[in-house]
Amino acid sequence: MASAFDTGRRPQWCPGCGNYGILAAVRAALAELGLKPESVVAVAGIGCHGRMTEYLGVNAFHAIHGRAVPVAVGVKLANPSLKVIVHTGDGDAYSIGLSHLLHAARRNVGIAVIVHNNMIFALTTGQAGPTTPKGVRTRSTPSGNPEEPFNPILLALASGATFVARGFSDDVQHLKELVKRAVNHRGFAIIDVIQPCPTFYDVRREIRGRLYKLEGHDPADFKAALNLALEAEKIPLGVLYDVEKPAFEESFKHLVKQPAELASLRKLSLAKLLARFG
Amino acid sequence: MAAKELAVLVGGPAGSGVFATGAIAARALLYHGYSVFATNEYPSTIRGGHQWVLVRGRLGENVYAHCRSINALLALDAETIRLHEARLGEGGMVVCDESVAKGLRSNARIVALGLREVVEKAGAPPVAVNVAGLSALLAMMGARLEPILEAVKSYYRGREKLAELNVRVATMAHELGVKLETPFGLKLKYEPRGGRLLLDGNSAVALGALAGGMSFFAAYPITPASPILHFLAEVQEEVGAIVVQAECELAAINMAVGAAYAGARAVVATSGPGFSLMAEALGEAAMTETPIVVVNVQRAGPSTGLPTHTAQGDLRFAIHASHGEFPRVVLAPGDPVEAYQLTCEALNLAWRYQVPVILLTDKYLGESYWTIDGLPRVEPDEGSIIVGEAPAGYARYRVTDDGVSPMLLPGSRGARVYANANEHDEEGFVTVDPETVRRMQEKRFRKLRILRALAEERGVKVYGSGRVALLVWGSTKMVALEALRELEGMKLVQVVWLEPFPAQSLGRELEGCKVLVAENNARGQLASLVREHLLREPDSLLLRYDGRQLEPEEIVEFVRGGSGG
Repeated sequence: MASAFDTGRRPQWCPGCGNYGILAAVRAALAELGLKPESVVAVAGIGCHGRMTEYLGVNAFHAIHGRAVPVAVGVKLANPSLKVIVHTGDGDAYSIGLSHLLHAARRNVGIAVIVHNNMIFALTTGQAGPTTPKGVRTRSTPSGNPEEPFNPILLALASGATFVARGFSDDVQHLKELVKRAVNHRGFAIIDVIQPCPTFYDVRREIRGRLYKLEGHDPADFKAALNLALEAEKIPLGVLYDVEKPAFEESFKHLVKQPAELASLRKLSLAKLLARFG
Repeated sequence: MAAKELAVLVGGPAGSGVFATGAIAARALLYHGYSVFATNEYPSTIRGGHQWVLVRGRLGENVYAHCRSINALLALDAETIRLHEARLGEGGMVVCDESVAKGLRSNARIVALGLREVVEKAGAPPVAVNVAGLSALLAMMGARLEPILEAVKSYYRGREKLAELNVRVATMAHELGVKLETPFGLKLKYEPRGGRLLLDGNSAVALGALAGGMSFFAAYPITPASPILHFLAEVQEEVGAIVVQAECELAAINMAVGAAYAGARAVVATSGPGFSLMAEALGEAAMTETPIVVVNVQRAGPSTGLPTHTAQGDLRFAIHASHGEFPRVVLAPGDPVEAYQLTCEALNLAWRYQVPVILLTDKYLGESYWTIDGLPRVEPDEGSIIVGEAPAGYARYRVTDDGVSPMLLPGSRGARVYANANEHDEEGFVTVDPETVRRMQEKRFRKLRILRALAEERGVKVYGSGRVALLVWGSTKMVALEALRELEGMKLVQVVWLEPFPAQSLGRELEGCKVLVAENNARGQLASLVREHLLREPDSLLLRYDGRQLEPEEIVEFVRGGSGG
């Protein structure tokens, strides 16, 4: 079933990389949603996750570092009938492109953001990033990371995201279900995906025994979601928050139709507009 | 004496309605039948700080630019008199409220009127003293009441209460002015001509974008480009466009790139600091061959520089911005009609050749008003999009003879549209293969063949004739056109396409001429392009880089000095 979402190129990541699991989950999710490949656009930033667009058989825009989110916002506004998925990393989304993520959440733009959070700058050969835990030795922090990491879930909730979830790249079935819900969500959805980087920072050791799946949590309860986000020892997986609000693209009521260019170019008469200059 | 031309300067503290007064004055003169030019200066503050508007009118002929000497100064505070009285020409006078004149030491002729009294009697708020002063001043010049009231109503359109109050103020103040019997020694004529418009460069850009089929606009607030955002935000529903205020300029241009990839003709507008931030995405647009139009309303830099003042310092930057090498087009309109035409053309070029197009205007063009007879009809051309189903074996970056690959939009049945900011093969997949990399670079640069031809064909405009050529670009053209009225044996040469550079057609125009260059920057950036492309050293340069556009008088002096006659 997933073959429709395969470009036919053989994925190239390190053995054991979490990206394999994320790619598998996304392909399966799109297939199970019954989407046509042509109706989906994947936008990727820069990092190891960036190769997703090489392998995911949908329309794609491989953008520059940190700007996948605004590119995706532009795609969604121009043609709201497209399903827009952003693949981005912790460096891309939480470091260089952080403000775009928060503002997209605030606006509740209808895009699904999947953050490949391996807690390290991997493609640049292993420097600390905004989610690298304190004390971790990396090539840029040889004596141990002196900085506190971000809490991306807390940030997303504080920014007004209407769908916030956390997944784990080793649990493909679970992640697939999260992706399905995120892609169909009305408005902005983010999934922070914990992802091991076996080469530069294999978080599996760090999180062993700490992950658990949410059960009996009411995703409409913002305070409960905040409390889950603040948990320090245990790491909840699943949908922490999910509410329905009008999406940003819906506010352009005058443009719910397809962009003019998809039909024929619009020739505008300026006569009425010119009245104000007389 | 009938006033064939006149200049009025209105000045006061920010927040005292100086711009409103200028706008009403400009319209009042327009409705009298004058060709009008208006420009302003203001500090980067909302309250306090001095600001002014200069309104210049000419009967029967175009007025192109500002001037040094003024006939009247409407002073909303004493500071205005101190700052501008030296500009008053023969017979020139200051008009102000009695309170402003009190205790003032000045050599100027001052007509102090009971303007506050008029405002009070009319039941208007104190700020209306501006309209009172203007109406009295114009009455003293023999202006009719009706065009003044029309101007007031036009300015306050949609704000009926304010319109009504100001009409009352203007009417009473006009009576006051009439009684003083035109002490200016010049009398306004009334020769109304219908159908003319007062257009600023920023609105012209917005109109050109709409005429060019723009359906997506994103911007981050910045002086002096924000009026483009304001205008488009206001009319977006009427014209069916999406207007987004982005969180920063990086977001604005990346949103536009995404929107263009999805099929919307997208434009962003900014000024120097924002343009600097957009530089990386300019390369992204080029590498992904996504059509994009970037408007840079230049202001004086470097850095924050003079946020509310004009300059032409970004020419070299616009031509070279972003790392790596890629084809682009840089266009510089010199007046509002060109701004309108070239913004539409920028969209057409971007969508036909899939390249970034940069439109360089500046604060002087963007925020000054000129009288125009109307706008020519321009429209979007079809571009290089394939509409409908994907042809068999479709590849987004197919190598073609002219370098332009067929562009499908995402959503097209049967197609995978893959845009990639990494170097890529024909289908969009990442590549580092040297042969493919070379072919793709060459494919993109093949677009330059036709773009160069267009630059040669359309890139140079000439006004007048003579053995002395004054070379300009952008809004300096208007100042030079004003200067040209005083000069003989000079032709004005305007470079409209700055990249690709129209070297051959410019070379032909300059052949056998003494070459003078006037620019609103410190280093002579157009002159440097002449050196580079024509291997010619201009005979003389006039450069102004104090945040002010050159004065026509300055150009006249420069040409007379520079040409030895």
